[in-house]
Amino acid sequence: MRLVFAFAFGLLFGSGILISGMGNPAKVLNFFDFAGTWDPSLAFVMGGALLVTAIGYRLVFRMRKPLLAQAFSLPTRQDLDIRLLGGSAIFGIGWGLSGFCPGGLIPVLGLGMSGPLLTAAAIAAGIVSARWMIKLNYGGQPAGA
Amino acid sequence: MTDFTPLLSFAGGAMIGLAVVALMAVHGRIAGINGIVSGFLTTRLSQDWAWRGAFLAGLIASPLIMLGVSGQLPAITIPSSPVLLAIGGFLTGVGTTLGSGCTSGHGVCGMSRLSTRSITATLTFMATAVVTVFLTRHVFGG
Repeated sequence: MRLVFAFAFGLLFGSGILISGMGNPAKVLNFFDFAGTWDPSLAFVMGGALLVTAIGYRLVFRMRKPLLAQAFSLPTRQDLDIRLLGGSAIFGIGWGLSGFCPGGLIPVLGLGMSGPLLTAAAIAAGIVSARWMIKLNYGGQPAGA
Repeated sequence: MTDFTPLLSFAGGAMIGLAVVALMAVHGRIAGINGIVSGFLTTRLSQDWAWRGAFLAGLIASPLIMLGVSGQLPAITIPSSPVLLAIGGFLTGVGTTLGSGCTSGHGVCGMSRLSTRSITATLTFMATAVVTVFLTRHVFGG
């Protein structure tokens, strides 16, 4: 049952990505291009997602526990560190080069185009490399979001 | 040029938000796509691995839903060359892993919870993306 729900939520998330334009790199890159062909659409994606999530999360957190799990898994860290800032800065550079963030990319993989598959392979390589860097430097596991 | 699509984009964003809220209500989990992908890329199979796989399968199958409802597949235009896609993808994987989140994890889930870390991360990656596009399109590009 948990898996059926997870699949359905993936479908909903992915459909939202495709309808909103987050899966279209031309649109994403134009959102960042203030000095050129600026397309403000993605601000509306963020607005819609934040509005629903901010209200929905508040309602959900009134429940004692999730419907099909023992507890809510939430990050607790509040400190800012160089890894958060440096990592996010690097991600933004990558996003600006390709036009694909992870959430925009995965639904597009279903279309079978070569560019998204190449990007996904590169992201996987980046994830594995970063885990290795973290292990060398910190000797621990990557912290959750 | 791409068309300005405020209504479709807002509706799509609201659907993303619904999925994010539903995953928390049912599974108790943050819908950070990079975190879900990263947790799926492991050799240790577990219950967590299974729901992540099911969620990712739903994401990949979502164009079929769109095809069924609207009769057409989404228009995807990729301006970047394969070399830029590879470099950009690699930096995205490295950056989101070091920074513990991407647009969905920090930008939607974390900012909705008013997490200082997520707000800082989102402002940071948005800023470097804007600078990167400015440099590639208006300084070095044609």
